[in-house]
Amino acid sequence: MRTWAMTRRVLTELLRDKRTLALMFAAPLLILTLMYFLFQGANNTNADLAVRSVDADLVSAMQIDGMHIHDVTASKGSDADGGTARQVIRDQDYDGYLEQSGDSLTLTLAGTDQTKSGLILQSLKSAQTTLSAKAASATIASQAASLKQLEQKVTELSAQLLALNAGKQTASSSQSASPSTSSSGQQSQRNPSTTVTVTYLYGDADSTFFDTLVPIMMGFVIFFFVFLISGIALLHERTTGTLARLLATPIRRREIVNGYLFGYGIVAIIQTVVVVSYTLLVFKTEILGSLWTVMLINLMVAACALTLGLLISTFARTEFQMMQFIPIIVIPQIFFSGIISVDSMPRWLQAVAHAMPLFWGSHAMSDVVEKGAGLSQIAPDLGVLAAFIVVFLVLNVLVMRKYRRV
Amino acid sequence: MEDTTGTDRGSATVQVSRLFQGYGRTMVLRDVDFEMQGGEILALIGPSGSGKTTLISTIMGMMPPKSGSVHVLGVRMPNREQLGNIGFMAQTDALYTNLSGMENLKFFASLQNVDKRRFAESAMHAAKIVHLENALNRRVAGYSGGMKRRLSLAIALIGDPEILILDEPTVGIDPELRREIWSELHRIADQGHTIMLTTHVMADAAQADTLLMIRQGEAIAKGSPEEVKEQYRATSIEDAFVQAGRDQDAHLGND
Repeated sequence: MRTWAMTRRVLTELLRDKRTLALMFAAPLLILTLMYFLFQGANNTNADLAVRSVDADLVSAMQIDGMHIHDVTASKGSDADGGTARQVIRDQDYDGYLEQSGDSLTLTLAGTDQTKSGLILQSLKSAQTTLSAKAASATIASQAASLKQLEQKVTELSAQLLALNAGKQTASSSQSASPSTSSSGQQSQRNPSTTVTVTYLYGDADSTFFDTLVPIMMGFVIFFFVFLISGIALLHERTTGTLARLLATPIRRREIVNGYLFGYGIVAIIQTVVVVSYTLLVFKTEILGSLWTVMLINLMVAACALTLGLLISTFARTEFQMMQFIPIIVIPQIFFSGIISVDSMPRWLQAVAHAMPLFWGSHAMSDVVEKGAGLSQIAPDLGVLAAFIVVFLVLNVLVMRKYRRV
Repeated sequence: MEDTTGTDRGSATVQVSRLFQGYGRTMVLRDVDFEMQGGEILALIGPSGSGKTTLISTIMGMMPPKSGSVHVLGVRMPNREQLGNIGFMAQTDALYTNLSGMENLKFFASLQNVDKRRFAESAMHAAKIVHLENALNRRVAGYSGGMKRRLSLAIALIGDPEILILDEPTVGIDPELRREIWSELHRIADQGHTIMLTTHVMADAAQADTLLMIRQGEAIAKGSPEEVKEQYRATSIEDAFVQAGRDQDAHLGND
């Protein structure tokens, strides 16, 4: 009953604060929309590469999407120390310079934009792969041809043997002609294909980085806003003295925390509905798993953010001091939420990642949204989140002993 | 060690015995010992920083005594449930400014376990005492300082609690309203309720049945306003208070 009174009061106060309300619901959509446009463009990287005396086969093999190759062989001569490369890159504002002398290739990269350098390296590698595959297939083809010839000779010999055995000797010349034509037909069929067929287990060729970001950001925006606003709300109760006044009534300390938990839980549910419907309707994001599971994860993330926010607010004396916890508590969580692959991090950083609530939330969310994982598959993640919530809850109740011991 | 003096406590609604209280190593209250009966109004007077607010929070059980004991209605404090029988008005107005006066009343009433059926009547009664009945639907953010003080008092009164503890209830309240509030407090006391309040205003102190003077953490004088004046051969409570302070200093000097 007292918990419900707390919940109702928290919600009423929030409803009266129109700006905070707008922040909680409009700001996440603004951030997601910005990211949508920013990371759509990330796929269209262009790079300008100058080439000098490079083998024509290699150059044509390097022509992949986004590569602009400029042949500068005709312009004035090269020198060994790379002075020309610098000159060309600087003068023409190119991203790279490739020079061949004999069998060796020298690539100079501007190196200012990693994605452009990456594209050039990627095109060079794929060109080399294509060329060596072609060379290999030519070898295989010639080997196959000689094999065929051997085979043919064997057939001829055995035929001759048969003919000898049979004591008849006709049509030996016509037999030798027909297998050779069939062997040349087989040779062209055997030539291995140099094109690669890509299939996707999850997502498709149109998937962008944004699709990876959506589930992560959904959890993050909810974590961020619930953390900040609930933390400041309790801090406000502390500074205005209403928290001490609350504790002068028979309310239990946990009823206060639970009141906040339920109040902001309801807000988080509404926030999730808004964010999810926005991504579904506007970005046409596909959610492979169940919407209810998405809702449940966000609710857990919100509970975690809330209990952490309430706890952190104990260590702040003003709203400004509360803001100072954002770079310490919130920003690091983004790095470990899956935007950067945690598997590729050094071991000690992976350990740090596992201590972050948002890591577990994002992990579960990505599994549900992108891989269609069910409740049982994300149960471990939810279990860890639940453990975080319980620990924070208990700490909150303990911290309130400062105001009243019972 | 519980209830060895049970017969004594039978009539006392608030009993403070041999109370020592402090924060960390600093002692704020030293050997405070008094009790209150139902129907009694006790005014706690003393300079700022003398330990009045600490005494109040100890009686309410916000902090357990360093030594000694506090009983409210026969129950040893701290006790959470017993807070439901105490109507409390804090020194600073702790109100939710985004809510209306009525919403504040309703919220605290539900925390204080006030019966829902009695709430409307009780809220109206409390609001009338402090002349806020026409402002109840306005947000507290638009209230004046005095109005906030009056709303805090109304919150303490709601539900007709057995014990009233009011920390400086008359600050920022005009003389006319103060007179009305006092007549209401006397009426509440006549019904057998116990009222304890702190004040700096000697006119308020004169209205109380009992004065308890606290200075430097010690209870230096206790009795009815007449008794206290007589004890220090003073013509006013103020003079008695000053004299009591001098006596305490002299006593400390002798130590």
